[in-house]
Amino acid sequence: MLAIIVKRIGNAALVMLVVAFIAFMIFQFLGDPVQLMLNSQATQGDRDALRIRLGLDQPVIIQFFTFVVRALHGDFGVSFRNQREVMSLIAERFPATFELVMVSTVLALLIGIPLGVFAAINPKNLAARAARMVSMIGISVPAFVIGIVLILVFSVQLGWLPAFGRGEVVQFGTWSTGLLTPSGRLALIMPSISLALFQISFIMRLVTAEMLEVLRTDYIKFARARGLPDRSVHFRHALKNCMMPVVTMTGMMIGDLIAFALVTETVFQWPGMGLLFVQAVMFIDIPVMAAYLMIVSVIFITLNTIVDFVYLAVDPRLRQAGSGGGGHVR
Amino acid sequence: MKSLLRTSVAAVVALTLTTFSAAAENVLKWGAQRDVVSLDPYSYGDTFTIAVLNHVYEGLVRYDEKLQIAPALATSWEVVSPTVWRFHLRKGVKFHNGAPFTADDVIASLIRVSDPASPLRGNLPAYKGATKVDDYTVEINTTPNYPLLLNDLTNIVIFDKEWLVANHAEAPTDVGKGVEGYATSHANGTGPFKILSRKPDAETVFEVNKDWWDKPKHNIDKIIFTPITSSATRVAALLSGEIDFTNSAPLQDIPRLQASPDIKVLASNELRTVFFLFNRTDKTIASDITDKNPMNDIKVRQAMYQSIDIDALQKKVMRGLSRNTGSLIAPAIPGYVDALDSRLPYDPDAAKKLLAEAGYPNGFSFSFVCENDGYVNEEEICQAVSSMWARVGLKANLDVAPTSLQTAKFESGKFDVGILGWANEPMIDSFSILVQVVHSKIDTSGVFNWGGWKYPEVDALIDSAGKELDREKRLGFQTQALTKVKDDIAFLPLHQQPMAWAMGPKIESIVQLTDNKPRFWLTMMK
Amino acid sequence: MSVETQATKTPDAPRFARLRAFLDGDLAHGFFHTPSAVISALVLLLIALTAIAAPLLSPQNPYDLTQLFLDKAELPPIWSAGGEAPYLLGTDVQGRDIFSAILYGSRISLMIGFASVIVSVLIGIAVGLTSGYIGGRIDNFLMRVGDLVLSIPTLLVAILVSAIFRQLLPVSLRDAFTPVILTTSIAITSWVQYARIVRASTMVEARKEYVLAARILQLPSSKIMVSHILPNVMTAVLVTATLNLGLAILAEATLSFLGVGMPVTQPSLGTLIRIGNQYFFSGSWWVVLFPALQLSLIILAVNLLGDWLRDALNPKLR
Repeated sequence: MLAIIVKRIGNAALVMLVVAFIAFMIFQFLGDPVQLMLNSQATQGDRDALRIRLGLDQPVIIQFFTFVVRALHGDFGVSFRNQREVMSLIAERFPATFELVMVSTVLALLIGIPLGVFAAINPKNLAARAARMVSMIGISVPAFVIGIVLILVFSVQLGWLPAFGRGEVVQFGTWSTGLLTPSGRLALIMPSISLALFQISFIMRLVTAEMLEVLRTDYIKFARARGLPDRSVHFRHALKNCMMPVVTMTGMMIGDLIAFALVTETVFQWPGMGLLFVQAVMFIDIPVMAAYLMIVSVIFITLNTIVDFVYLAVDPRLRQAGSGGGGHVR
Repeated sequence: MKSLLRTSVAAVVALTLTTFSAAAENVLKWGAQRDVVSLDPYSYGDTFTIAVLNHVYEGLVRYDEKLQIAPALATSWEVVSPTVWRFHLRKGVKFHNGAPFTADDVIASLIRVSDPASPLRGNLPAYKGATKVDDYTVEINTTPNYPLLLNDLTNIVIFDKEWLVANHAEAPTDVGKGVEGYATSHANGTGPFKILSRKPDAETVFEVNKDWWDKPKHNIDKIIFTPITSSATRVAALLSGEIDFTNSAPLQDIPRLQASPDIKVLASNELRTVFFLFNRTDKTIASDITDKNPMNDIKVRQAMYQSIDIDALQKKVMRGLSRNTGSLIAPAIPGYVDALDSRLPYDPDAAKKLLAEAGYPNGFSFSFVCENDGYVNEEEICQAVSSMWARVGLKANLDVAPTSLQTAKFESGKFDVGILGWANEPMIDSFSILVQVVHSKIDTSGVFNWGGWKYPEVDALIDSAGKELDREKRLGFQTQALTKVKDDIAFLPLHQQPMAWAMGPKIESIVQLTDNKPRFWLTMMK
Repeated sequence: MSVETQATKTPDAPRFARLRAFLDGDLAHGFFHTPSAVISALVLLLIALTAIAAPLLSPQNPYDLTQLFLDKAELPPIWSAGGEAPYLLGTDVQGRDIFSAILYGSRISLMIGFASVIVSVLIGIAVGLTSGYIGGRIDNFLMRVGDLVLSIPTLLVAILVSAIFRQLLPVSLRDAFTPVILTTSIAITSWVQYARIVRASTMVEARKEYVLAARILQLPSSKIMVSHILPNVMTAVLVTATLNLGLAILAEATLSFLGVGMPVTQPSLGTLIRIGNQYFFSGSWWVVLFPALQLSLIILAVNLLGDWLRDALNPKLR
């Protein structure tokens, strides 16, 4: 068991190192950093001095090593565009994205699970079929189209909800939250719904599929035979048994959501790190692009590794097998 | 499960029942098209950034409500000799951190702005040095008989020397050093507002400076400045009352905004003239003609000029709000005469003939560098012009990207046709465009001579204007220079671009001048 | 054809037997009794045909700049007051006919979607076969690469790849190569699933007696294997590919919407939505509405079809 855990962590670290190498290569080859940093008045002497100061005269391996060591210390350099330390920029933006993703996840679970159970219990019911169809639409209509429609209806036509931003936020040291102010909560509604829609449909389908399978098992048949009421059978016995895949899939989805939030953040001008990244891409702000890539990958890999461990703990059979195939949502 | 459902219902109710809380103080919410690039006014030669930071930092002199030069941190001045100006400083002025304002601060600021790494160096072309006479008197040395020092100084703002030294910010931020400059994210000026907090690209909060030296003509307690890049979102925010003001209302949405009873729109022409630049070196950058540069043939430039249907552009892309022009400067800019304003007629057939005469009957391809966050509807202008050119056989490879990327291409001459808008700010005189754009690249002249055009006669006229104290004579030289450039179609002028501000019901009065700079120290709220 | 005869003779290809059954009418029968499947297939067929025939059907070539006239800009749809004859669904701010732009845009969207799925299936099959047949270090390496691809969010990779390539290309080539760049950037993030399916099947097959026999007889066992494996994995690959087609189309639209996809001079549906988004307050709702509808319709139809295919061919495949 311990050997497997060590191996998995080793794998994760190796993958991280390769991601770091990709980030480093972006830095190296997407234009000459010296060219980008200095203004046009700079002389050749200035350029050479900067090249030495940045360590660009060193062999690539040494440069990569320095890059990794600095990244481990959270030092990704200074943004070309904002002229601020990349790490502090991202730290400032992270709470906004985190809050959006968390609220969306909670929404997805709160709506997706009951709908999924409902559809599984009454497969022939018209409402259940409608729910399935709606969930199909939820998966198919692009998030940015939904965002635009929401803004058009709820901000412009009805004037109920703010069209952009986070509203008023409360600051706790370096962390900021919009959950504690009325305007902050209002501002969360539309972005979190448009981000959650895909996950709602996904969780609903997952729960339905798992439930249908569990309901066919002997365990449930015995429970029914014992004369337990339907409600108890469905929720206490059946749902409990299919929560495991739901929880783990949700865990893995969070990584995807953080990445996919950049679309929602663009539509709603949500000041999270996704919006920071999209702007960095437009402006070819390489330090921000590299840092974002690495940070999101760290979160993603960490979540996936944790999910692997959870599976290992639950299902002993997997302890024998090689790499577990990680299902991916997007 | 039951309790889970109950809490979720409670949460949804709590989310929907809450409303905006009303603030007792006067808070002005300003939604702009983009963020300021930095809190350091010397970090980037960007008119909009400087306009925003003028709420925090001030210069020795400033433009008043009639765009006339008025005393600010200097109370009076005199010309001591052709090369020396003496300024008497205002006493009792305090920086936001409480430090007193003295001559040392002026000297430190002038040293900072004239640093070789300073992108604003070109805004002070005649500056040679400065000396402190006493705590409240400084002398500035210039090139002989330079006429426009005061105009230049309106945008050279004053920092606190001790603050700069204490925070190692004596020189402008150098991104290459790999550390962020203190002044990039902190500010300490003498202006009517101070910075309360800043999150780049998200929100910057200004708070009224109760100890301002001037008598306030505003009643604002706080300004919340938010960049909202999407024009549709900006309009939605204004319509729903989330912002009170925007300095860039999208032209296509003006009728919609005007139809709303709560919204007021202020639209007119600003000083900025938008025109196309040509690569005038021996080689093209991205063209199927590689042995020579067609742009050097006046027939080609004229063909490009005459194939542009400026009226259609004005009516459709600019929504009838731009002012078509044949001149590089707006009528309000000294040096303008009506004769400059006439345009060559739109005539695609003549254009085709000119191209054939020049030896390009089938046209040619070239790179066309444009921005998407610079001038009003810039990307749409470039697209529309590309299709007009396509109809006479000219194939523009349109390259659209944000200003910061395109500026690098312009500065290194990597374009065949480019776009530039020049407002002649802060000088408000045609000498600005002549010395910075038209002049050959020599010393501080021709900083924006991106295409390498050379007109020795014109250079001589500009140089004469630069040492002529008699205003009429000077403007005579300048008009002559502009006429020569126009006759050779060195540039392809389009229009003076519109400016459009829109505001919600909370704003009582606001001052809009042709320089398109919001001045909230002259703004009253209800 | 040879693949088919092969499969009918081999009893251990149950999935393929199902595909065979489809051709014999069993599944076709199911198809015609599933209204959602029939409707989506028809919608998709119609969209694909009109997209292929775009140059014949559209009154304007929206990619030809000489055909865009400013005086025809922002015309409303033909049934509204002010609408004009050839411009069925109105025009955008550059005078681009929305109807033509949608046909051409659907063509780009479908083309990039199909191309990226085909490329990723081909990569997946190649990697899966190599990995499963050779095994050992190469298998280990290829599967690590797969893990790596899966450990960076797909959208992020696609944005970075397309932004970087566009930046590296000279301006004159940029527009022409953008579809290739987009196809590549979407394909390199989605081959892993196929590789895993094919690899698993290959490993099972490699242990079979006929392979051993072929090896002993020094016959080209790999060739035999391929013809055994491919039919086995066809259904799984087909279902995954159909479901991924929807995601690929969505990915292209998202990239174009964010501004790192198709340029305005060759708009895809995502680009049209990005342009239209700026105009929905000025009353030009048609610029954003029709492309958004078309895009949603395409993805919905593909997903419904994929869903049906999955349920019909293999209820256990989730």
